[in-house]
Amino acid sequence: MHCAVLVFPGSNCDVDLYKAILQIKGATAEYVWHTDTDLDRFDVLLIPGGFTYGDYLRPGALAGVSPVIASVKKAANSGKLVLGICNGFQILIEAGLLPGALLPNQSLQFICDVVPVKVVQSKSPFTSSYNHGDLLRLPIAHGSGNYYCDEVTHQELESNGQIAFSFPPENNPNGSLAGITGLLNEQRNVLGMMPHPERAVKQWLGSTDGLRLFQSMLEHHTA
Amino acid sequence: MLKGVITVMLQPNVLDVQGQAVQGALKHLGFESVEKVRIGRQIEMILPTEDREAARLQLREMAEQLLANPVIEDFQIDIQEA
Repeated sequence: MHCAVLVFPGSNCDVDLYKAILQIKGATAEYVWHTDTDLDRFDVLLIPGGFTYGDYLRPGALAGVSPVIASVKKAANSGKLVLGICNGFQILIEAGLLPGALLPNQSLQFICDVVPVKVVQSKSPFTSSYNHGDLLRLPIAHGSGNYYCDEVTHQELESNGQIAFSFPPENNPNGSLAGITGLLNEQRNVLGMMPHPERAVKQWLGSTDGLRLFQSMLEHHTA
Repeated sequence: MLKGVITVMLQPNVLDVQGQAVQGALKHLGFESVEKVRIGRQIEMILPTEDREAARLQLREMAEQLLANPVIEDFQIDIQEA
């Protein structure tokens, strides 16, 4: 499984993501600058967290129209796996690959914490190594992770099983609608999530709950 | 030359936490009766044309493709003499 780690001006989780991928036997990774458009050699595209373009205009808005994004859309439409984490999730939404919007946290504060995250959908290439209902411990670090969509879209997301991860109602740190913090597209080959699985791959990091996400992707690739 | 001005505001049904925080601060200053503070963004640019209709069309495309997020924001276009 050869993975592209896309790098934009202001990405800052690219190295973490690259190193997390190398924890998985059978996976390789390569950095790709945002002006590159040839992604054919990759099986999986990863968009890391950070503050692309300083969050100017809206988080992810300027990266969402970068040259590489047209190729990401093409790859996503052809069924390749695309994973966006944190700012990567914001970029996928701004690029129109996932529905809804990510608003500033309800508290208006940047939140950096390790929080419980529930697996809502285990039937996807990203979450098949988890069980439905598993409560993971994953780091979050964001200022705009407050997921919003209209009522009709929310109903569609529920009935299509597109909600991958959510915060438990008693512990919703950012005010997200229904606690949504991980979202699949309808075909389930694109996932955006605010928590950082790449920062939860070693016990000394505080949690290894992120590993199974990357393992799921490898299993999907080799199946 | 024309000047295009695009004003982007959060849609009325979207909670504006920034506006709420500013409203709270205004109350601290004594502006107790202020209500429904909402914060938007104004984007200005110079367009090398005299054709107002063409300019309006271009500004609309820019707003739809990048400057406003149609899920949460509305926009207004104003065209002035540069």
